[in-house]
Amino acid sequence: MAKNRSAVHLTIFGVCLFLFPLLARWISFLVHYVDVMVFVGIYSLVTVGLCLLMGYAGQISLGHASFFGLGAYVSGIITARYGVNPWFCILLGMVVSGGVAFIIGAPSLRLRGHYLAMATLAFCIIITVIFNESIAFTGGPDGLAFIPGISIMGYALDSVVKYYFFVWSVVLMVLLLCLNIIQSRVGRALRSIHGSELAASAVGVNVAKYKIYVFVLSAVVASVAGSLYAHYLNFINPASFDLFVSIKLLIMIILGGIYSLWGAILGAVLITFLSYEWLHYFEEAEVMVYGAIVLIIVIFLPGGVVSIPEKVRSLCRSSKLKVEG
Amino acid sequence: MSFASQLLQYAITGVTIGSIYAMVAIGFNIIYNVTEAINFAQGEFVMLGGLVMVFLRVAVNIPVIFSLPLTIMLVTMVGILLDRLAIKPLSKPSVLAMVIATIGASFFIRGAAMMLWGKNPFDLPPFSGRNPISFLGAVVQPQGLWVVGFLLVVVVVLTLFFDRTILGKALRASAVNPSASSLVGINVKHMVLVSFALSAAIGALGGIVITPISLMEYDRGAMLAVKGFSACVLGGIGSFPGAVTGGLLIGLIESLGAGLVSSGYKDVFALLLLLLVLFVRPSGLLGNAEVSKIRKF
Repeated sequence: MAKNRSAVHLTIFGVCLFLFPLLARWISFLVHYVDVMVFVGIYSLVTVGLCLLMGYAGQISLGHASFFGLGAYVSGIITARYGVNPWFCILLGMVVSGGVAFIIGAPSLRLRGHYLAMATLAFCIIITVIFNESIAFTGGPDGLAFIPGISIMGYALDSVVKYYFFVWSVVLMVLLLCLNIIQSRVGRALRSIHGSELAASAVGVNVAKYKIYVFVLSAVVASVAGSLYAHYLNFINPASFDLFVSIKLLIMIILGGIYSLWGAILGAVLITFLSYEWLHYFEEAEVMVYGAIVLIIVIFLPGGVVSIPEKVRSLCRSSKLKVEG
Repeated sequence: MSFASQLLQYAITGVTIGSIYAMVAIGFNIIYNVTEAINFAQGEFVMLGGLVMVFLRVAVNIPVIFSLPLTIMLVTMVGILLDRLAIKPLSKPSVLAMVIATIGASFFIRGAAMMLWGKNPFDLPPFSGRNPISFLGAVVQPQGLWVVGFLLVVVVVLTLFFDRTILGKALRASAVNPSASSLVGINVKHMVLVSFALSAAIGALGGIVITPISLMEYDRGAMLAVKGFSACVLGGIGSFPGAVTGGLLIGLIESLGAGLVSSGYKDVFALLLLLLVLFVRPSGLLGNAEVSKIRKF
């Protein structure tokens, strides 16, 4: 039942995504938004992974911008400096990020609670300093340019619309994978960890193993997103992967709804449009607006924007009961 | 300058900045002890302390003896507002929700500070001149002595407060067992408020005394919070002597690392140490491993 419903949702979502650039051909003001939607797709990859980690396993990571950055820099440095095939670099980035995530995650996830938040926060700052200081490899604060584009079997993804289809097919694949994970044994195990680690381990869930599993998985997905980012923009610099970005990713899933993968994507849409399009009007206040969003959501709407229909429905139901009673 | 006096110079710088980390760590501990959550906005109190003091001392030109307590009072108000507007309204005050709320609040405060003061760093005249005192071939800034002195005052006053006053004892009780404390008539929500006010006050004091040495700008808070947290973990989370030891150690390592290894990687040394301690001995140097097992965080 639940599986069928999410298959329907996924199909509807896929069709809408497919129609959007076609629609943009006819309606001229939409053309620009195809470009923004590429970035939305890239950030969605990160937030979907982060949602598994935070919403389902209940662990906070403030270091996902670094895994995102590791993917981007592995791809960027090796393709731009040594001319290696981008596809190989994406794989290499996944291995590097996964390995680093295991090294960081294995000890801190064995601890209780949110030590992971601080360990990943420290990790994120360290990685940013390394990106900035090892100028010989990364180009330092000025960034790394001339990263080549990507092509599929000789077919170059050289336009925004082509890249749009490529990025969103990756997102759909990852989303399908994650939807399957949360409806499986692993997903139930993760949710039980969020509820109570003690109870989970009492019923035989290997808490540490599952936490590391989901942390590494989300880091690998973030790394793929980073590679896609580097090959799309052809230029990267450390500011795209610092602590501010980590927190922005966190804000995306809190705003969308941390308990739902759809919420993670919705949050990526809202925050990306907010920061690329709408906040230009009051640029100075950007940081303050983000802070206010987080506070309002966490106080009034802990389930995020996706929980609004549910809330409205339960309000209607309770008012009906009052009338009848 | 000989190598020995150079080392001494780094050590002096390390102890000065380490005292500030210790104050931040004490602030973390006060809130942690009552709520078992980490207040990610702790660094913003320090930043606000520095900038509000600059405003009162330089722009309004109020002498230190009045502007210092006034600044502390104003920042304490911010701490109280933080509790009333961000922590108390949480419908399900889980540790996760509190962490997210304080991250949001720290962004809000930082953004507000940027609107009010802009992005430039501000200087503050030192309390007693800038004539350096020479000491065994190294130099000591007079303000550095003020910093260490204020840390001592904070430690002594807090120790007396927690040991000798009813309010301090009530705070400690609600840290140990909130439901038992409310049974004997302690208003635990009220204690959370007091803990936020107290740690805001200590953070503000740290910001005030360090600004004449290292200047202050709107986005300094995050890094101060991370270093303070490293100090906190290093010394054992929740322990006050641990916070002071940890703070001084982090300051020393940072200053020696920047001087002897590389100044570009200055911020990395303390953080690597944090990761190492988290991985090897998460209960910290002075923390109790058995006690840390029953904690929620």
